[in-house]
Amino acid sequence: MTILRHPSTGRRGPRRRVPAALLLPAALGLLLLVLPLVGLLLRTPWASLPQRLTAPGVLTALRLSVQCATLATLLCLALGVPLAWLLARVEFPGRRAVRALVTVPLVLPPVVGGLALLLVFGRRGLLGGWLDETFGVTLPFTTTGVVLAEAFVAMPFLVIAVEGALRAADIRYEEAAATLGAGRLTTFTRVTLPLVAPGVAAGAVLCWARALGEFGATITFAGNYPGRTQTMPLAVYLALETDLDAAIVLSLILLAVSVAILAGLRDRWLGSP
Amino acid sequence: MTAPLLDARLVVDRGAFRLDLPLRIDAGEVVALLGPNGAGKSTALRALAGLQPLTAGHIVVDGVDLDRPGHGRWVPSERRRVGVVFQDYLLFPHLNARDNVAFGPRRQGLDRRAARERATGWLERVGLAGYARRKPGQLSGGQAQRVALARALAVHPRVLLLDEPLAALDARTRLDTRAQLHRHLAAHDGAALLVTHDPLDAVALADRLVIVEDGRLVQEGDAAAVTARPRTDYVARLVGLNLHRGHADGHRVRLADGVTLHSTDRVDGDAFVVFPPAAVALHPHRPEGSPGNTWPATVAGVHRHGDYLRVQLTGALDVAADVTASAVARWTLEPGQQVWAAVEASETRAYPA
Repeated sequence: MTILRHPSTGRRGPRRRVPAALLLPAALGLLLLVLPLVGLLLRTPWASLPQRLTAPGVLTALRLSVQCATLATLLCLALGVPLAWLLARVEFPGRRAVRALVTVPLVLPPVVGGLALLLVFGRRGLLGGWLDETFGVTLPFTTTGVVLAEAFVAMPFLVIAVEGALRAADIRYEEAAATLGAGRLTTFTRVTLPLVAPGVAAGAVLCWARALGEFGATITFAGNYPGRTQTMPLAVYLALETDLDAAIVLSLILLAVSVAILAGLRDRWLGSP
Repeated sequence: MTAPLLDARLVVDRGAFRLDLPLRIDAGEVVALLGPNGAGKSTALRALAGLQPLTAGHIVVDGVDLDRPGHGRWVPSERRRVGVVFQDYLLFPHLNARDNVAFGPRRQGLDRRAARERATGWLERVGLAGYARRKPGQLSGGQAQRVALARALAVHPRVLLLDEPLAALDARTRLDTRAQLHRHLAAHDGAALLVTHDPLDAVALADRLVIVEDGRLVQEGDAAAVTARPRTDYVARLVGLNLHRGHADGHRVRLADGVTLHSTDRVDGDAFVVFPPAAVALHPHRPEGSPGNTWPATVAGVHRHGDYLRVQLTGALDVAADVTASAVARWTLEPGQQVWAAVEASETRAYPA
């Protein structure tokens, strides 16, 4: 069978020229994103890499980073998904204001966020003193504090992604569930959540990546104690002052972990074309 | 007289549009809600399903108020025992056919196993026993429609609502599915409301037609009554009749535009006159000695339908005429042409408006 192909759909169809005014800045932009990473790879001390990787402290910091980022992501999922649902599905006074508030940590310098957390959860803070006296719980300068700081900074990523997915989801499926006898909570868990699962996963990945790289709020609120609150970004910063090669190796690990996670999930969830 | 299973007056205000529709359906009865796009059919269905609150009026099923804004009574969708087959079915894409059907029984408190058993039974009844594990994306349109019907019936609804259940199907699937749907509707012991804009579906599936235009009830009755005596232009077009309104004085009906039509039916007062397009004869000149109605007309359009021509006439009366191609073979009919139209008095029906 012969398939006749219109010239414009074939591979040999007329190519449209890309204007230089768009191509040049696009190429420069790409360079700006990629060049620093290339620099990192070029300066990596490959010969001493194995022993540096196994140096005490490196693995500890890596494990702590992954643990804290994962816990922060779980916390964000537990709190952020319901919050996103509230913003997307329930009409309440001040909804716009709440949505604006949720995005504040996105634009707030993380150090300011850390300071704000300290003022609330610090030993003399708004809630910190009460938490300490009532439950004997201290948050600043603890691993829990790291998780809290990371969740504070990363939650908006999750909430925005999930709310967008909820708004894009066809609400008529929820109506169909209601006519079949499902109340609002059942509809949410049995219908809405499975429908927006890709959006939730995408939000969780962004959230996790943001938490993994968190620096400012963490160092302000949780300090820099090896094994307890010293995550990879903090270790990089500390190493930078004493041993450049160590900082480079730590950075390389962080880069590898991030890229691996993104690459692993991108095709499945981030909706690449 | 026993109270109907469903008794409603559906009043919904939406901006400038107002739906105000009385509706009563007996147990076991199938009513078709027929009307043009935007007439308020879907709004009525959504109100009955509890997806759209009433502005006024009431919905009573089995003597229980489901919605009565005057008394602040409201029963949410999930507690209404209303089954809905949505226009594009809305099968949950993440569940297979069986779990879609089991969704309702699960919510009614059946455990997973019992719910799945009931779902399997319903899938068998709609002829899809072998498709239990298919996801909605792997079903054809007709199969998806049947799963949607099984899902709606599996909760044993007192009121079954169907929103254009056949509209998304191609012509062949539509015939099979319509026959199947007819069987299931006949077996359903609750009330059923079928929303459609297709008169064929309505006549084939429903015991009674309720015709709504611009939010208002314009006509109601069984198929024979509605097709014999249409009361609006929309209904007349739907059943394929020419409809004119005028003032009758015995056998003569004087129309608003000055023409008088004779009918063998006898009416007095405001009246409708109808006649089928096939009863209209066309002549190049004024017909001599004709006992019926004749009037000069202008051809507005000619369309071929199989072996006859549908001629749209304007002038004193807007009328559709169906003439066989052979009858007008000697002269070419063109828009703008002057002709004479004739209808026998015995071919017309006249009845009070």
